[in-house]
Amino acid sequence: MPPCGWKPYFGAAIAIGITTGVFGISFGVLSVAAGLSVAETCAMSLLVFTGASQFAAIGVVASAGAPVAAVAAGLLLGVRNAAYGLTVSPFLPRRLVPRVLSTQVIIDESTALALANPDDKTGAFIAGGVSVFVFWNLGTLFGALAGSGIGDPSRFGLDAAFPASLLALVAPRLRDRSAVRAFLQPGLPIIVAGLAILPGLIGERA
Amino acid sequence: MTWTVVLPLAVGSFALKALGPLLLRGGSSTDVLTKVSALLTPALMMALIAVQTFAVERSLQVDARAAGVGVAALAVWRRLPFVAVVVLAAATAAAVRALS
Repeated sequence: MPPCGWKPYFGAAIAIGITTGVFGISFGVLSVAAGLSVAETCAMSLLVFTGASQFAAIGVVASAGAPVAAVAAGLLLGVRNAAYGLTVSPFLPRRLVPRVLSTQVIIDESTALALANPDDKTGAFIAGGVSVFVFWNLGTLFGALAGSGIGDPSRFGLDAAFPASLLALVAPRLRDRSAVRAFLQPGLPIIVAGLAILPGLIGERA
Repeated sequence: MTWTVVLPLAVGSFALKALGPLLLRGGSSTDVLTKVSALLTPALMMALIAVQTFAVERSLQVDARAAGVGVAALAVWRRLPFVAVVVLAAATAAAVRALS
């Protein structure tokens, strides 16, 4: 029997937190390798807290790009969080301080968990956000301290676990007809174009 | 000296996240805006899934990740629990990589 107060989405929240935690480790390793200090690396994960933006920014730093370019690359990838902000806005806490705090965890995973749990969007959003925040930052600290002694997480297939977890959360929502249309109308031409260039790319590599 | 990257990026990232929740705080969110963002979010997520599955830096590639996500799609269709979907995807990708 599940413990008292256990919510059905806690399992998914913890699983997604652990997956991102492993990527947090690789972020910590790469960030220190790019030349950031342990303190800067941890501050990045605590304050920026958007995985894709962080990887983009340290990528520019690693290739000796200008700080402005690193910030611009990070912000470009963070723009989608503004769209998530509009989506989650109606069910965030109303009082100012909890509301401002909860905006920090507006990311892919928490938004996807909220979408997947229409009966308790707020609870699922907070559970996902807190879980990812805790594991992502613990992973970052561990990776930054441990350095390059840690293997590549893709050896364990974790790079596939990430899109798979988003798919598991979002796919059931696509049974909603208007959501399917919204996805296909702008998305289909891009997908077709992408598939069209795929054979060329593969041929080039072979 | 990389604080000149960390701090502006932190401020900018937070501003992007907080834009919607602080503008729409009074519950003044219009129906149209809510509807558009509700449709935009799954579309963004599907695009993100495609990028994470096929992108290698600036090109696209079909590799072990595609196998993992393909198995995940089957598992989602068969309505397996979330954790099973994620574990199957990782195990498939790891197995394909180990064998190839």
